[in-house]
Amino acid sequence: MTNLAQLFFDAASLGGLYAMAALGIALIFGVMNLVNFAHGEYIAFCVFALIVPSTDAVAVMFLGKAPALILIPLVLGIGALIAVLSEYAVFRHLRRADPVAMMVASFALGFVIRNILLAVYGGRPKAISLWPELNTPVELAGASVPLLQLIVIATTLIVVAALALLLRKTRLGLEMRAAAENFTMARLLGVRANVVITGAFALSGALAAAVALIMVTQSGVADVRVGGQIMLVAFIATVIGGMGSLPGAVAAGFLIGAVSVLLQAALPLDARPFRDAFLYTLVIVCLLLRPQGLFVPASAKPRI
Amino acid sequence: MSEHCRNRIAAHSTPLLLAGVLVVIAILVTLFGDKALARTLTETLIRVTLVVGLWIFVGNSGVISFGHAGYMAIGAYCSAWLTLRPQSKALFLPDLPTWLMEAQWHVLPAAIAGGLLAALVALVSGAAILRLTGIAAAIATFAFLAIVNTVYSNWEGVTGATSSVVGLPRYVDQWVALTWALAAILAANLYANSASGLALRATREDEVAARASGINMYRHRLWSLVVSGFFTGVSGALLGHSIGVLNPDSFYLGITFISLAMLVVGGIGSLTGAVCGVLVLSLMIELLVRAEQGVTIGEASLSLPSGTQEVVIGLVMILVLVLRPSGLTEGRELKLRLPQPRAALTHDPQTTN
Repeated sequence: MTNLAQLFFDAASLGGLYAMAALGIALIFGVMNLVNFAHGEYIAFCVFALIVPSTDAVAVMFLGKAPALILIPLVLGIGALIAVLSEYAVFRHLRRADPVAMMVASFALGFVIRNILLAVYGGRPKAISLWPELNTPVELAGASVPLLQLIVIATTLIVVAALALLLRKTRLGLEMRAAAENFTMARLLGVRANVVITGAFALSGALAAAVALIMVTQSGVADVRVGGQIMLVAFIATVIGGMGSLPGAVAAGFLIGAVSVLLQAALPLDARPFRDAFLYTLVIVCLLLRPQGLFVPASAKPRI
Repeated sequence: MSEHCRNRIAAHSTPLLLAGVLVVIAILVTLFGDKALARTLTETLIRVTLVVGLWIFVGNSGVISFGHAGYMAIGAYCSAWLTLRPQSKALFLPDLPTWLMEAQWHVLPAAIAGGLLAALVALVSGAAILRLTGIAAAIATFAFLAIVNTVYSNWEGVTGATSSVVGLPRYVDQWVALTWALAAILAANLYANSASGLALRATREDEVAARASGINMYRHRLWSLVVSGFFTGVSGALLGHSIGVLNPDSFYLGITFISLAMLVVGGIGSLTGAVCGVLVLSLMIELLVRAEQGVTIGEASLSLPSGTQEVVIGLVMILVLVLRPSGLTEGRELKLRLPQPRAALTHDPQTTN
């Protein structure tokens, strides 16, 4: 029987990961109503930036060799860069398009990035060992917790706090909140649209990079499909949290993490492979009960 | 002849013209093409069934569905359960119920049963999902796809999980695929011009105004999803019986992407767009695949790196969205226009639905 403390740490670290991915999606949705399906591919891209491009089965570290102090800012920068580039190349030209067209375009962009990665790195998952010492367990409150889980929880809290500070205290943050509230009105009042949108994409990309680093350290595997699953969960968290609500995305990320850990522990052994099916069914039920999400931002209410 | 009557005739000429195009292509390929080209044609016609099936829901309602690959999987596996030989089912799929284990149906009723099961699942899942609107609905269809994929990749004794189901009778050639494609086009046109189809298109254009005119959006969306689910399920069954192997992952993101790409490139707003998108992208895929295998020009042998095909298709889709957001056909239908009496000429004869 798994004990409660163990369960708590599992849930909090998985939820933290989901929350960070969901924040990346919610940030962009809030500013330009774009459901960014390419977000999962940003994560995969950052993972693969760590290793030397080749289709061999054994991964050779490339950026991953750098010490953590250099590596972390570098990977965050790469994440921000690919997100900003994709805005510049694709989404900038679709600003006037309707949200469905933008969503389909981001789906296409994700498909392109994924297939470029497949062509360059090959389809087989590769073993990477990034900071293996972080997976050593630590005794804490009667549970043995990998150090990484504690780092994930701490990182999530720091990221959320930093983002909250950025949004509340800086000019860029103020403009982003204004843009998320009502983009047209904000522009009329002098909010710099391009700065805000580029900023949102850069932040979102950096969040994707953080998720990538954590996932690689945790699983030790680089796989092109890594982004798909977490992206889906992140979307769902964004929708359940109330589209465009940042606190909602964080809360829903933690909620989904907790529910999936609980399901894993509570389901009978036979049903465990179907855990995700139960999770997504709960999601649909949740959407049916509260179609606008758990936390509805004022801007989401239709004005008719 | 009244203008209304002319419009009706024009609307019903669309499927006949589209069918004519497909039949001509099929005859030309059979007469002049080799075996490989006939296989490509079969694949293309199955995609026509799939994309037209998808269009029945997406085109008329304007709600993007990521879940149709799920209905496809349901149709494909259902047809496999009904047509596989009992011995191989006992070996690979030991947990099937006895009556299903002993069933060995003819392929046509099996394909229809696949479609009906998919339609039934569409009815049940749609009853929940379609209570949502906009982006929440799109995400819920995605969740549905993930549910189907999780179940089919883990239900070892019934679906063979991730180890493929093999040995399906491969009876689908270009004529079978053509017949189903024509049926799908005909049904799509009948639905789109039925009272329910017109009401649904009104909700696509303006949800609030349509509601205010007394249209029950939920009911029409659900009905179109059921019709759409049927043809999508059939297309899954056809796909299984043309390649002979089933794997849950062949009904996941890849096919979702390619079918949506075809719909968007051709133009979501019209049936002609759906068919046109399939033909254009299939032609492009075929050319790129051949280029990846290598083209010999005189002494030199040129070949594109593998993966080019997917990347180019993705880029084309983005370009179309940026440059021509309503697709190549821009929502117009291919239709026959009867000559107009003089008095009516002052009206603009263009209709864009």
